[in-house]
Amino acid sequence: MQSSSISRRTRPQRLIPEVTELPPFQTLIDEHAEDVMAVCRGAVGRGDADDCFQETFIAALRAYPKLGDGGNLRGWLITIAHRKAIDHHRARGRRALPVAEVAEVAEVAVEDPLPDEGVWMLVGALPPKQRAAVTLRYASDLPHAEIAAALGCSPEAARRSLHEGLKRLRKELA
Amino acid sequence: MKTEAAIDRLKTRAAEEGLLDVAYTTADSPFGPLLLAQTKRGLVRVGLPNQDCDVLLANLAARVSPRVLEAPAQLDDVRRELDLYFEGRLDRFDLPLDWRLSGGFRQRVLRAIDRIPYGQTRSYTEMARKAGNERAVRAAGTACGSNPIPLVVPCHRVLRTGGALGGYGGGLPMKQGLLELEGVLEASPGPKA
Repeated sequence: MQSSSISRRTRPQRLIPEVTELPPFQTLIDEHAEDVMAVCRGAVGRGDADDCFQETFIAALRAYPKLGDGGNLRGWLITIAHRKAIDHHRARGRRALPVAEVAEVAEVAVEDPLPDEGVWMLVGALPPKQRAAVTLRYASDLPHAEIAAALGCSPEAARRSLHEGLKRLRKELA
Repeated sequence: MKTEAAIDRLKTRAAEEGLLDVAYTTADSPFGPLLLAQTKRGLVRVGLPNQDCDVLLANLAARVSPRVLEAPAQLDDVRRELDLYFEGRLDRFDLPLDWRLSGGFRQRVLRAIDRIPYGQTRSYTEMARKAGNERAVRAAGTACGSNPIPLVVPCHRVLRTGGALGGYGGGLPMKQGLLELEGVLEASPGPKA
């Protein structure tokens, strides 16, 4: 404990976070468009992946100049893609969700651990209900009640879809 | 392949929603590839063949907006006029310009340069005077050298008093070639000593 506080004092520059300049947005497309598309396919399925992709990049373009730090742009984009996938599932749910607005994209913490794209490809292959439940639960941390509301089913049905989806994923990953 | 189509749609939509702050493309020229960049106001940057594209684009991201996208269709007019110019079939560009990358005296010098007619030349001293300070000849030279929109703002038409070529951001052979194209200089038969 003590030694770490000493080393901090002797190297104070380490505590100042480095701000990386924002590169031209084209760079983000060149380097990360394929990854974003893979996440969208996994989260909402092939048929709607393009919509999710468009919403993701338009939201990113909107927020980009105010981002402030170009440190983890890939993580930032993939986080937005997950939020847009959730919006997509919500919009398809029968009932509107009176929950708080999804966090402003610029505020999304970019240091969140990233999901493994390999797994998301498998998620994309699940039946629609299971796929949606798994995405809403793990890409966005929604509680069962909100997943149920987004999917327009009972909490029990949501829990069942999630359980079935996970069981299938475990089997495929084993 | 599918992602490429999605990217094309994205760029169309970005332009429609006013999110394309800087559109750029590359274009061929007899001197090598050019970088063309434009904002909603007009042409903002022309990169000459000897200049580094990545550096120019990073600079646009920092000074204009980081919403910089490669969008060739947005620059069709610019490319068409430049093609005609290089074919000797256009003697006056009719393109909206965005002057924001140069300020103050430099911008006044560049606006004066913009009025030099095709096939004519002026001296750095004349440009300094037109910009309001006859004694700032060296500053006028610097303004020419920092011209963000070369070719279209024809800094190649500015020479030293007495007719020496002076300098050019794209290299002196390009300045020579442009003046030959415009009939100011006779075409040189071969490489000069």
